[in-house]
Amino acid sequence: MLKQLMSVMVALVLGSAAMAQSGPLRLTITDGVIEPLPYAVPTFQAETVEATQVAVDLTRLVARDLTGTGLFREIPSSAFISQPSAFTQAVAYPDWRAINAQALITGAVTVSGNQLVVKFRLFDVFSGAEMGGGLQFAGTVEGWRRMGHKVSDAVYSRITGETGYFDSRVVYVAETGPKDQRQKRLAVMDYDGANTQFLTDSGALVLAPRFSPNGDRVLYTSFESGFPRINILDVASVGRRQLTTAQGEIAFSPRFSRDGNQVIYSLANGGNTDIYRSELGSGAAVRLTSAPSIETAPSLSPDGTQIVFESDRSGSQQLYIMSANGGEARRISFGDGSYGTPVWSPRADLIAFTKQNAGRFHIGVMRTDGSEERLLTASFLDEGPTWSPNGRVIMFSRETQGVSGTSALYSVDISGRNLQPVAVPGGASDPSWGPLQP
Amino acid sequence: MKLLTKVALTVLVLGTAACTRPDRFGADGADGANGPMDGASAQAGVSDPTSPLYFNQTIGDRVLFVVNSSTLSDQGKTILAGQARWLQTNADYLAIIEGHADERGTREYNIGLGFRRANAVREYLVSLGVPTNRLRVTSYGKERPVQVCSTESCYSENRRAVTVISIASLS
Repeated sequence: MLKQLMSVMVALVLGSAAMAQSGPLRLTITDGVIEPLPYAVPTFQAETVEATQVAVDLTRLVARDLTGTGLFREIPSSAFISQPSAFTQAVAYPDWRAINAQALITGAVTVSGNQLVVKFRLFDVFSGAEMGGGLQFAGTVEGWRRMGHKVSDAVYSRITGETGYFDSRVVYVAETGPKDQRQKRLAVMDYDGANTQFLTDSGALVLAPRFSPNGDRVLYTSFESGFPRINILDVASVGRRQLTTAQGEIAFSPRFSRDGNQVIYSLANGGNTDIYRSELGSGAAVRLTSAPSIETAPSLSPDGTQIVFESDRSGSQQLYIMSANGGEARRISFGDGSYGTPVWSPRADLIAFTKQNAGRFHIGVMRTDGSEERLLTASFLDEGPTWSPNGRVIMFSRETQGVSGTSALYSVDISGRNLQPVAVPGGASDPSWGPLQP
Repeated sequence: MKLLTKVALTVLVLGTAACTRPDRFGADGADGANGPMDGASAQAGVSDPTSPLYFNQTIGDRVLFVVNSSTLSDQGKTILAGQARWLQTNADYLAIIEGHADERGTREYNIGLGFRRANAVREYLVSLGVPTNRLRVTSYGKERPVQVCSTESCYSENRRAVTVISIASLS
């Protein structure tokens, strides 16, 4: 079934990669069929003895980042004809052409005390030219993973022409226990599931955290009082407070505005749920919808002028777009089944959503006018998409059924290819992907 | 005046949070005997019609709904009529009505749906004469299932609104 769905999907292509010998190396992520671009990344040189292990770990991390995109294929070191002996050594292009490595990444690592310096270079093997200049990152030894992700981001960016997403964090809900005893805590992790850190204890049910645009704060829904309320948490200090809203008793489903100064959210008044916008500073709130139906899950367009949300005003959950100031809304979802949790792509061109149809749940994308709907996944229960900072990958929650059902995070690219679990320890749900870190 | 009532109510509810805070498992669990009235159950058994235990077990503390609906069934209305009589007779008690949904929906929507269900119960109780200031509504969406299997028999028990009696007294 999934295969069938995907047959109508757009895939990623190696634009000129297939013709790499006739022009500069460039992987264009657009429509079409794909053959992952073969690359070689010999273990980075350890320029001090203390750097030996970090050099190995960091090189493997870069390879996992790149191969994990589905756009690149690593050529195993067992196939290498030569090994670079020093970072500054001239590249033996024929040796890399012979094994069809189109890109070559070389690097060097220095450890001095707690200081770590990582240098790398990227070569277009068939053009016989370096791509961009060498780059150097410095930091602490504990921060080696971030430096590896920065190397990966630079390589991805130079080859595809787009920004990467590897040096980014994801806030999510860590879950333990069976479905009728489930404990939920806010947690934050690197995009690849490493460096998890809890932000709340399991004393209160928490749901759906959302990163601020620059990643410094998190909005989430807490049931600490027995009623859903919106809290805001400062990530660095892990300090939190309840959000002040004009009628802020019962509110949920918050998201930041793009400037991080406002929050859009749902407020329940009796049995009616509507969408509001509130200033984070003053708490002044504006009501944006007033239908007697359920209006929730609002998400702003990148330019801040429009809001996509879900409503059951037609009798079933569907997606609508309205002005950021409220008013008339136009329905954009018209396929079979119901649609919820819309999220506007950071590239502005697509809306990701959860679709429920014929007993199955899907993560999908459509254009902002509702056209070109593509379902990327199918399972017992997939929901809650979040976009990578560059709008190429979607992360979401997948819950399995039955008494022993658990929730886990998965990612998939917007072509529907490269579906894979995120290596988070323990159960996890409700991911919110933060920005690329500075 | 209205504000004062609200404040008094809030203070009382908060003051007995240990008994009334619905965000814990067991508070509305399938086993009513382990419900929120642990402290009261010793002196007020199920045979005492003024006891919350009697409310939970004999009258019935919950009504069920069909998929995506907040319409009360005839059976549900019968239970709520009993709840309304009990609340009017035992005027010192407050109630928080919790709405719930099964897992076959998205998280945010199910919170909205739970509010809709809880409010349907609240409005029905009010129509039968229960003062509005003794009733509050909340929703847990799909977060607090009482049954964990993934079949309709379990889902139907999870699509519920539970009237949680507070031991707090207004007097």
